[in-house]
Amino acid sequence: MAREHPPKLAVWKFASCDGCQLSLLDCEDELLEVAGAVEIAYFPEATRAVIRGPYDISLVEGSITTDHDAKRIQQIRKQSRFLVTIGACATAGGIQALRNFQDVDEFISTVYATPAYISALDKSTPIADHVFVDFQLRGCPINKYQLIEVISAYLNGRKPNVPTYSVCMECKQRGAVCVMVADGKPCLGPVTQAGCGALCPAYHRPCFGCYGPMETPNTASLSAWWKQLGVSDGEIVRAFRSFNAYSEAFRKESEAHERSDH
Amino acid sequence: MTTAPLSFILESAHLQQLFDALARHGYHIIGPTLGDQAIIYDEITSVDDLPVGWVDEQSGGTYRLHQTKTPIYFGCTTAVQSWKRWLHPPTEVLWRARRTDSQFEILADEQPTPRYAFIGVRPCELQAIRIQDRVFLEGEFVEARYRARREAAFIIAVNCGRAGNTCFCASMGSGPEAREGFDLALTEVLEGDRHYFVVKTGSAAGQALLAEIPHQPAGDAEIEAAAHIIADTSAHMGRELNVDGLRDLLYRNYEHPRWEAVAQRCLSCGNCTLVCPTCFCVTIEDATNLNGDEAQRVRKWDSCFTMDFSYIHGGSVRYSAKSRYRQWMTHKLATWVDQFGTFGCVGCGRCITWCPVGIDITEEARLIRAADNQTVVNKKANHDESV
Repeated sequence: MAREHPPKLAVWKFASCDGCQLSLLDCEDELLEVAGAVEIAYFPEATRAVIRGPYDISLVEGSITTDHDAKRIQQIRKQSRFLVTIGACATAGGIQALRNFQDVDEFISTVYATPAYISALDKSTPIADHVFVDFQLRGCPINKYQLIEVISAYLNGRKPNVPTYSVCMECKQRGAVCVMVADGKPCLGPVTQAGCGALCPAYHRPCFGCYGPMETPNTASLSAWWKQLGVSDGEIVRAFRSFNAYSEAFRKESEAHERSDH
Repeated sequence: MTTAPLSFILESAHLQQLFDALARHGYHIIGPTLGDQAIIYDEITSVDDLPVGWVDEQSGGTYRLHQTKTPIYFGCTTAVQSWKRWLHPPTEVLWRARRTDSQFEILADEQPTPRYAFIGVRPCELQAIRIQDRVFLEGEFVEARYRARREAAFIIAVNCGRAGNTCFCASMGSGPEAREGFDLALTEVLEGDRHYFVVKTGSAAGQALLAEIPHQPAGDAEIEAAAHIIADTSAHMGRELNVDGLRDLLYRNYEHPRWEAVAQRCLSCGNCTLVCPTCFCVTIEDATNLNGDEAQRVRKWDSCFTMDFSYIHGGSVRYSAKSRYRQWMTHKLATWVDQFGTFGCVGCGRCITWCPVGIDITEEARLIRAADNQTVVNKKANHDESV
């Protein structure tokens, strides 16, 4: 279906590793199709050409960690019709949100020769803490097929097929054997949102929780079972404190075990 | 009038000839084989693909394999997933369409129906297939793809020589002996140096296939040996579910405190429903390509434990884990009876083994029965009178 004016797509970066933006470039075969369906208006990682806003779709990568970025996201929201956060940083604060559990000033004074040059907020926060987000795409990094699905759904005025159920659903659909039941490995799959296609369990690795909490995460029950498998409180804290450490469900669970660990 | 012998002997050394005969008839053979640290049902071509000597150990939330020196072919009980995976696959494209000038053109479905020969179907699983037949074939609407796969399938059942720790087929009346719904049914017997199968035929196709491979009528001693194995299995069920008045028990216990207790443990992950051989729920996903020129409708396994499953205008009807678990268990053991005339549970025990936190449907039923609402109501009545 040819459109007279293809929708303008912008890709924005905040505190992040660029991996999620790279998923778009990683689309390979589908990239040309994407480029044909939308006008890539702002995407510094791909092209220096800049087309002025407003933008129909804004893909936002990264978390808010500085006062400057907290202001910048407001401007981006104003210029964006449909704002999609991509990846764990943008949806949960990312791995850099580990600092939310510590004293940031102490880090800064230890790490930097001239701490006064550093201007950082004391917490790394998701985009949705600052502006209204139309759709959140999970993952560390995101799954490129889910990204294409979200863009495709937007272009065709339909609901994206991005389920919020557990990784276990995908694990069983693909026919992988449960690493927790069959091998006693502590797996985050039952409390983590699907989207990766159960990548790790399919290679005998327990889920790391890259996609963050699933729709109804019962983290307390999972932790209780892990303890029976011999997992310590400290290990439980570390398992929940990774890419999605600052998502509410994972944060609360890690804090509960931090208290028991001391 | 002479009656044809009911049981035959297939020497284990001739088992490969059964495989060869199936292959000659163009079947894809699906059977138990060693997967990633567990027995799975997958495509196999020879007896060497069977998990010879392997024995499984299952309990709530735990599955382990052990290798033994016994050359047993079917020493493991139920595999991770059931035959549902083959008859009612996890994802299936229902149709594709392409945009034409003014409308859509439906693209032809050119997928040929696979012809599967299932070897090693356990009696509980036969019952599960029978239950899915009722769901997909005997209602108001017939599921055409399921029917095609089902009609093309050749089923070789294997009676159970051992009950797993999570098995309760004896309670559900589905095993451990196959009674109907198979083309051939085998009982594996190992006696000293002798290793053979007692074979029963269940269809004309089964008789015809058996005629192509070496076999002989079974003697009384051999029939007795097979019967003894099955009786022994029946006597050693790992779990038990009292089905007496079960439907009404659940109907009058919708507000039982046990539902809240199980919800504390339930992860709502959906594993129990996907490993269940009778759970049939699906969701439909419509998708388009980027420029909207092509569309497809895909059917995927779904679970009553997801929020989307009961999502209607305004939100999910079953928003709590309590309501979702209650829905699932009550469907299996009560409403299924009203809907399809049987329980929706065959006692295979998969939901117990593959629940990541070992929730046990038999235990939940037992605890509900132990504090039956009827008793509670009576106690309350007595209490009220005495005050």
